[in-house]
Amino acid sequence: MKKIFTFVVFLLIFFNTANKAFSIEADAFVQQTVSRAAKTLSSGLTKEERIQKLKEIAKEAVDIRGIGFYSLGSHRKNLTKEQLENYKDVFEAYFLKSFSSRLAEYSNPEIEVNSQKKINKNYTIVSSTLVATNTRPEVKIEWRVYTKDPENLLIRDLIIEGLSLARTQKEEFSSIINSNDGKIEALLKNLSDFSSK
Amino acid sequence: MKKNFTILIITFFVFTNAFAGADGELELSKKSKPVKDCFEPLNRVTFAVNMGLDKIIFKPVAKGYRVLPSPVRAGVSNALDNLSSLVTIPNNVLQGELKKAGVNTGRFVINTTIGIVGIFDVAQNLGFPEYEKEDYGQTLGVMGVGPGCYLVLPVIGPSTVRDTAGSFINILGGDPWYNASVNGNNEYLSDSDYFTSRVLAGIDFRAKNIDSLDNLEKNSMDLYASFRSLYLQDRQQKISNSKETTETMDDGDWEEIDTQ
Repeated sequence: MKKIFTFVVFLLIFFNTANKAFSIEADAFVQQTVSRAAKTLSSGLTKEERIQKLKEIAKEAVDIRGIGFYSLGSHRKNLTKEQLENYKDVFEAYFLKSFSSRLAEYSNPEIEVNSQKKINKNYTIVSSTLVATNTRPEVKIEWRVYTKDPENLLIRDLIIEGLSLARTQKEEFSSIINSNDGKIEALLKNLSDFSSK
Repeated sequence: MKKNFTILIITFFVFTNAFAGADGELELSKKSKPVKDCFEPLNRVTFAVNMGLDKIIFKPVAKGYRVLPSPVRAGVSNALDNLSSLVTIPNNVLQGELKKAGVNTGRFVINTTIGIVGIFDVAQNLGFPEYEKEDYGQTLGVMGVGPGCYLVLPVIGPSTVRDTAGSFINILGGDPWYNASVNGNNEYLSDSDYFTSRVLAGIDFRAKNIDSLDNLEKNSMDLYASFRSLYLQDRQQKISNSKETTETMDDGDWEEIDTQ
């Protein structure tokens, strides 16, 4: 009986501690992600290797599926199950290519995480600054972090000087679909073409 | 006669937009209606022409400008900001931001005198708050005038009917720098001073954004739509005068995907 009691107490302590160990604040999560990316960018790896590493970081830290759904906007409701499955795959390839090629241009971006603001139970906005260089002024970057699962925080949007990348992408996708008579196939083709460039 | 015609055009734009915006929905609310792109085919053509001009003129000039030493570029940028405060101050007043108007007037006086025509931002070193530009388009927005249709102007770039009307106010007496240089009829300033300052402002802006625009161009599938989205988001934020991004963001779609 004593053994069982000790075991139960051990389990309780273990899970309580484990839970705390894996939970991380949104600002620390962003800092950690930024540090990982910066380390990759400043490493002596080739461009292709850097891109591969950045893709791995994105897969772990960014909610690619969520951003994909958001970017479809109201068109999401008109898709068949098959089209949606196809879209998920094509979008992920597009996103990873776009994300890594955008970042790979920077040699060593210095980002300072300044503060965080919880806007509701699902989202925290983390404010940071991309430090100015000789050719570029200081840039304010805010990160929309999805906090529904405290043990698996995910980035859903980057807001650069008040301009949301996710919203821009959503409006771009919408424009492509609308200028092709509302056909999702046009967007799928554009995404595939981009990924295979 | 020409002035009367311009006033008539602006009045028409402003009033038609005021009525268009007064449909019971606050334009600056998080659920604001999307801005219509009524002239999209024409806008796309103008956009393509502008991008061509950018490629052969503006971008190379901006790249050359970026080679100048950083303190020189900072001085030019500061002087241009200082000139723009002549438009910002009356707009602060029109928006009821009297405290900001006072601060910006103090900044202008200090920077124009001690800062040598604004080349040095002495006011910032003295602890003045960060400078925020205002224009007549923003003031019309604050007054409840809707943006109207999205427009792409030749050379100038993205705008809306409201913001274009706002720009006309500058040349109708709303910009003291324009009045002094173009209409001033004095021996110290001339038209060319005004137009030089406008061209320099364009080059300064382009030079500061070379990397981000290159990146956007490389990663956009519909560059026209990306520019439109970024311009309209920027204006929405500037009109709301909010530093809190979350105040101008619509969370509806994010919440919707969470339930799927």
